[in-house]
Amino acid sequence: MSLGKRLSMIFKAKASKALDRAEDPRETLDYSYQRQLEMLQKVRRGLADVATSRKRVELQGQQLTVASDKLQQQAAAALAAGREDLAREALTRRSAAQQQLADLGQQQASLQAEQDKLTAASQRLQAKVEAFRIRKETIKASYTAAEAETRVGEAVSGISEEMSDVGLAMQRAEDKTAQLQARAGAIDELLASGALEDATGSTKDDIQLELERMSSSSNVEAELAQLKRTLPAGTAAPAALAAGTTAPKEIRS
Amino acid sequence: MIVRIMGEGQFQLQDEHLVELNELDDALTDAVNAGDEPRFTQSLTDLLGRTRSLGTPVTDEYLGGSDLILPDAGSTLTEVRALLGEEGLIPG
Repeated sequence: MSLGKRLSMIFKAKASKALDRAEDPRETLDYSYQRQLEMLQKVRRGLADVATSRKRVELQGQQLTVASDKLQQQAAAALAAGREDLAREALTRRSAAQQQLADLGQQQASLQAEQDKLTAASQRLQAKVEAFRIRKETIKASYTAAEAETRVGEAVSGISEEMSDVGLAMQRAEDKTAQLQARAGAIDELLASGALEDATGSTKDDIQLELERMSSSSNVEAELAQLKRTLPAGTAAPAALAAGTTAPKEIRS
Repeated sequence: MIVRIMGEGQFQLQDEHLVELNELDDALTDAVNAGDEPRFTQSLTDLLGRTRSLGTPVTDEYLGGSDLILPDAGSTLTEVRALLGEEGLIPG
């Protein structure tokens, strides 16, 4: 059997389950309408979740961009200070950050697509629910058992198919959101661990600390040299100071 | 005939279009049975494209089931299998 037919059978089976719920077809109408309203609520909540996740990804993207730029500056500073090893480390981290940024961009686009689809589906469902409500009242008003049975069946199976469809669209959007949240959590951890410095700049990562240590030791060097020049010649002190300055000098070279 | 594209809504098609759509639908079924992902994606794209171009969207006021239901354009083979498998309709 064709795929389209098999899928139709699955949806019809779901619809007939909905129809079997009540003895009186009119109760079926009310029950179905209740379910439709619940479904609309769920879809709206689902849409809000997707939007929240997208916001979070956007924010992380901004943080990663800041972190990446900073790593670039650190690499330049390290290289200027003759520390190629440190520059290499900064650039390696920057490359990891760039990779994450590219992934985030893709996820954001796919989440946007889900959001658009879900928005369209929820608008369609809302229109159908309204059509159902009107149909329901008409059927109830002109109720004769034989006639109602077919008309209720038609209306309920139609709306039930719509709900199954929007339900699947929602599930898909939720799966995508869950995947994204897992990834967002991992990036938060990465930012927090200092491997990529937090964009707020409140914490100092190890590359920054090393650069600052280097710059402060070269300040010390300069001050020492200044002091040496002010010392009177022939005192015992210069020998000891000269010995002390050999180690920091290696860093400067 | 009413055809639903999942996630897109229902389309009204004329009976004479059925032959062509059935051929495309057969190709899709073959791809699903063979587990051939590239062929599945291609035949699904063909079938959905043809359904959209031949059919006219059904109005929101219409409340009725579909004669044919087609998977969402972004569906993967695994997703469609899961959908069919849920009701135990996967052929051996």
